[in-house]
Amino acid sequence: MAKYKMHVLVCGGTGCHASESDTLLDNLKTIVADKGLDNEVQVIATGCFGFCEKGPIVKIMPDNTFYTQVSPADAREIVEEHLIKGRKVNRLLYVDPENKEHISDSKHMGFYKKQLRIALRNCGFIDPENIDEYISRDGYEALAKCLTEMTPQQVIEEMKKSGLRGRGGGGFSTGLKWEITSKSVSDIKYVVCNADEGDPGAFMDRSILEGDPHSVIEAMAICGYCIGASYGLVYIRAEYPLAIDRLKTAINQAREYGLLGNDILGTGFAFDIELRYGAGAFVCGEETALIHSMEGLRGEPTVKPPFPSVSGYYEKPTNVNNVETFANVPVIINKGADWFASIGTEKSKGTKVFALAGKINNVGLIEVPMGTTLREVIYEIGGGIKDGKKFKAVQTGGPSGGCLTEKHLDTPIDYDNLLASGSMMGSGGMIVMDEDDCMVSMAKFYLDFTVEESCGKCSPCRIGNKRLYEILDKITQGKGTRDDIDSLRNLSYVIKDTALCGLGQTSPNPVLSTIDNFWDEYIEHVTDKKCRSGQCKALLQYYIDPENCVGCTACARNCPVNAISGERKGIHVIDQATCIKCGACLEKCKFNAVFIK
Amino acid sequence: MGQVKSLADLRKIKEELQGKMSLREKSNNPESLVQVKVAMATCGIASGAKQVMDFFIEEFDKRNIQAVVTQTGCMGYCFAEPTVEVTLPGKEPVVFGYVDTRKADDIIEKYVKNGELVEGIIPVNYETIEKK
Repeated sequence: MAKYKMHVLVCGGTGCHASESDTLLDNLKTIVADKGLDNEVQVIATGCFGFCEKGPIVKIMPDNTFYTQVSPADAREIVEEHLIKGRKVNRLLYVDPENKEHISDSKHMGFYKKQLRIALRNCGFIDPENIDEYISRDGYEALAKCLTEMTPQQVIEEMKKSGLRGRGGGGFSTGLKWEITSKSVSDIKYVVCNADEGDPGAFMDRSILEGDPHSVIEAMAICGYCIGASYGLVYIRAEYPLAIDRLKTAINQAREYGLLGNDILGTGFAFDIELRYGAGAFVCGEETALIHSMEGLRGEPTVKPPFPSVSGYYEKPTNVNNVETFANVPVIINKGADWFASIGTEKSKGTKVFALAGKINNVGLIEVPMGTTLREVIYEIGGGIKDGKKFKAVQTGGPSGGCLTEKHLDTPIDYDNLLASGSMMGSGGMIVMDEDDCMVSMAKFYLDFTVEESCGKCSPCRIGNKRLYEILDKITQGKGTRDDIDSLRNLSYVIKDTALCGLGQTSPNPVLSTIDNFWDEYIEHVTDKKCRSGQCKALLQYYIDPENCVGCTACARNCPVNAISGERKGIHVIDQATCIKCGACLEKCKFNAVFIK
Repeated sequence: MGQVKSLADLRKIKEELQGKMSLREKSNNPESLVQVKVAMATCGIASGAKQVMDFFIEEFDKRNIQAVVTQTGCMGYCFAEPTVEVTLPGKEPVVFGYVDTRKADDIIEKYVKNGELVEGIIPVNYETIEKK
């Protein structure tokens, strides 16, 4: 076997893949081979490094050099300068947004300093398409330990002791769920992995499946052993082709090694995994809807109980866990429940993966211990707000969550604190907003999403959300009244109390939390007919500043509705009644005479 | 590779791969390990730095010493190539000049293992901007 002196890790996550990291990988391999270095340098495609903002990422080991935004054309320079001569390519190094210094070592980057990676432990470190690399990182050892040294009940106890709670949103105790399913009596039981990630802005499940598929497979087999199931199903959205590919490869490799199939590790335990594809409906993340979708029915939820643990897939006991939850399991078995429980807060143990998005400097995937504050996440890891703007709010928990504001910045993040502040953990999407974002439009955006994604089965969700959307739309059009805000509130509470499933019950959260936290903005919209962030076009008015206007007629000539009048070389005026607020005049004026108020 | 039939089989695969992955594992915490930097600019390569680097990598492995060996650019001591910088955990880096495989062996046995200084140390005669 060749003895490699250097490993070049190239990010193969979807984000970097889209920025030609595959071509970059090929180029690196070819040039390395051309230079006769292929016995010394190993070039590997890994999963997501998390730092998607600056992708494609190339990391060179052992000197821990972290190159960002590398294009396929940079491959030659990296090989010739770094790999051969040992000189770092300065222009590709990460530049600290604050002090503008080049940072070569990922350990010194603010983005990674505060992170603790458990679920993402192998992402960006191993080649996800190589089972050997997973095994070398203690892979499948937890499964072997469970099968040979522990009874199912012992494993369940360990899981309960660890305090792991479902990472898909609800936060139900994983150990308890396994116990309930294990106690259901049936000839056939199922383990289902929920990989239907539908939150706008969340991509942690996809990244785990792309970067470390074996950890999910191993955990599903452990779960199968505990609850007495021989069948595992992964419900994955068809929009995740790369994750599906990697998962298929991993399942085949595990079968070849005899780690899936009959008589695993000579213990007589049989377990195998199949994939089920979803068409990408948000409601299918809800476990009863997900199960119906897998059965070939419409993805509609049903009333619980019966819970899937008792009657799920084809009415057999079914244990549904989300991808990130599973990814934690092998580590808990290997390192012990006490180790896991020592991380996090009193009632939320371990770490949580967040997908940072929005108006933040470092967009990407991060994993932090529970109890880290929002301020640490946004300012230290996220590198602060883009373009030095002011922080306004952060939306957590996707469409089911709420907005947190400045006053929540020092709240330690865990399930209970987020709920208490009027938001929720959800799957871990975190969308940061700055002063230019209008909170009413934001609530409208999420309602638009829920209206689209509602399955329509129950009227509170189907009709109620539509009405909520219409009222919000009316307010952003400048036609709202004080009464509308009251209607929003009342309707929201009714929907929350009466909707059938989690989707409906949580859909008014963005409305309620923005009303609570940004009351002033709602009032401004309905009484002053003003939108302070300038997002609601209907509330804006275009004016021409007589001081700056030179009478060039550019605005009048470009106005599609002839709302601008004025003589050549004379001052122009916009007729507010005719103006459709298209912004053409603003764009065409070369003298900064057009302004918005 | 065949089927994994037992925990022992799994451990065997893991051990076989350990060498391959250790390079990545180690580089996550270089401070706690012996770090050797071999100057590999043209002058270094011409005077045999490549062989020295290979020697270090193989010998650390054989003698079971946890170390990270990396290459670096010209250190400026072209008169004394090949030059090698050795940093023991918690200590200041020391630069050795005229390192051939025999000298490298001395460095491992005496300096790395026992902290005993070996002939050929090049005194530091510059300051780096990071310290300023």
